[in-house]
Amino acid sequence: MRDVDWGWLLRYLHSTGASAFFAVIYLHMFRGLMYGSYRKPRELLWIIGVVIYLAMMATAFMGYLLPWGQMSFWGAQVIVNLFAAVPFVGEELSIWIRGDYVISDATLNRFFAFHFLLPFVLVGLVFLHIVALHKVGSNNPDGVEIKKNKDENGIPKDGIPFHPYYTVKDIVGVVGFLIIFLGIVFFAPDFFGLFLEAPNFEPANPLKTPDHIAPVWYFTPFYAMLRAVPPMFGSQFPGVVVMFAAILVMFFLPWLDKSPVKSVRYKGPVFKAALAAFAVTFVVLAYLGLKPASPILTLLAQIFTALYFAFFLLMPWYSKIDKTKPEPERVTG
Amino acid sequence: MRKLIGFIILSVLPVIGYSAGGGNVHLEQANYDLTDQASLQRGAKYFVNYCMGCHSAKYVRYESVANHAGLTEDEVKNNLMFDESKKIGQQMVSAMAPNDASRWFGTAIPDLTLTARLKHGGGDWIYTYLKSFYVDDSRPTGVNNIVFPDVGMPHVLVDLQGLQKANFKIETDADGNEHKIFEGFEQIEAGAMSSEEYDSMVRDLTNFMVWASEPMKLERQRLGYWVIGFLVILFVLAYLLKKEYWKDIH
Repeated sequence: MRDVDWGWLLRYLHSTGASAFFAVIYLHMFRGLMYGSYRKPRELLWIIGVVIYLAMMATAFMGYLLPWGQMSFWGAQVIVNLFAAVPFVGEELSIWIRGDYVISDATLNRFFAFHFLLPFVLVGLVFLHIVALHKVGSNNPDGVEIKKNKDENGIPKDGIPFHPYYTVKDIVGVVGFLIIFLGIVFFAPDFFGLFLEAPNFEPANPLKTPDHIAPVWYFTPFYAMLRAVPPMFGSQFPGVVVMFAAILVMFFLPWLDKSPVKSVRYKGPVFKAALAAFAVTFVVLAYLGLKPASPILTLLAQIFTALYFAFFLLMPWYSKIDKTKPEPERVTG
Repeated sequence: MRKLIGFIILSVLPVIGYSAGGGNVHLEQANYDLTDQASLQRGAKYFVNYCMGCHSAKYVRYESVANHAGLTEDEVKNNLMFDESKKIGQQMVSAMAPNDASRWFGTAIPDLTLTARLKHGGGDWIYTYLKSFYVDDSRPTGVNNIVFPDVGMPHVLVDLQGLQKANFKIETDADGNEHKIFEGFEQIEAGAMSSEEYDSMVRDLTNFMVWASEPMKLERQRLGYWVIGFLVILFVLAYLLKKEYWKDIH
């Protein structure tokens, strides 16, 4: 940061990169939700995507311990202790994860090793993601399967070659992204305390609990759900289950959507309202996860946690009764 | 361990909402200027004279102070480094032994390198904090601080600022609890500096500490304009190229 030439640039690219990675992934996932890209025949593609998301979360979580600041330490403390809430084996499980009775040097070393290893796993998963995509082809905003309609040479009539069309188009997207990304790196690397949290400028101190422990913004929706569930039978385990269920439920999405059409363009008002409500719910939960809990905020978190799960669990019902428009045969303009 | 997590989550729930209220002190604008090298030089002087008796800035090297504040190495060696055996490339570490410090003040003395990024309000926090010591006989140091209540640090700048007392009014809220509301300071003993001189001195010190918390700040912003400028031009060209290629696609 200080003693290596350009070290500060590398550090800021890395810290901002973590947040930027999640930002584009969330956009990518939301686009998939909008255009029904998770639907048959792309179930495998979606599932690999969710696995990638999980691997990213693990990478980000382990990486966040490495600066060894106050928030690194106490964030890891909270998350590793989630495993301690598992019935019967929790105590041993958490010791096994930490390699010690407290977050310590052993934990730091193994998290560093995993933070280095997991990106390679991620690259492998991305490769599988693309293999799965290549088999079925990309979806489009119309949700039309272009491979059903081929010309005499076996080339889809509505398809265009990836190169040069998408290479030149993606250059525009990449440069646009870099303007925002490097704008943050050079002018607001803390991003108002969201990308670099202020308490992390103090070295880890196991004897001093910060006033308020909050993960980085991309984990806060799940953190809000964790805190929303009250302890039952003297155990925090139900909250932990809810938090992990919030991610696991995504795996089932391809079979929850019973609508006859894929894309939001031809879906009815019920699905559109549900999708909009879901987007709002996610943002509100992210906000609540950043805030210190108070009775009113905890109540809100409970309501929005219920809404989050309602989007998935009620989907077989509301996607069926919805009035859809007919899907076109060919891709529209 | 199950108890611990329960404790952590539950203690986060109610307690924090109230304790966070302590940070609502009004902070004064420091109006520091990182490009003002004379101010940085004065700030460095005050820092080594008044702060470094106890505090370190262990991530800052003397050489870096020389480079950024526009000083030569000899000027730094002769004016800012009091230990003959130290070299210009060494870090700004206080001579006080950490064990002594804990024994004398009852708490570990924090390193000040990153204080400006740690505290909510940054430079404004430091500026207001250094101006907010007031007489409080209930404290072992004889002073207390509005911005950082019950701080262990004595008022090391008292000879310059003089002593002030804080005026409070007692308000009773709807629940019948009494709150002390801070109303303002009143100078009760003059210091070596006038109020304006003291403000200006604290501003220099703040300037130095904000610089120390991120020495590359000016450099990154300077570079940022070039990078973003280049990308904006590239964006326009890339967009035109895309439009050209896609004009036949309907």
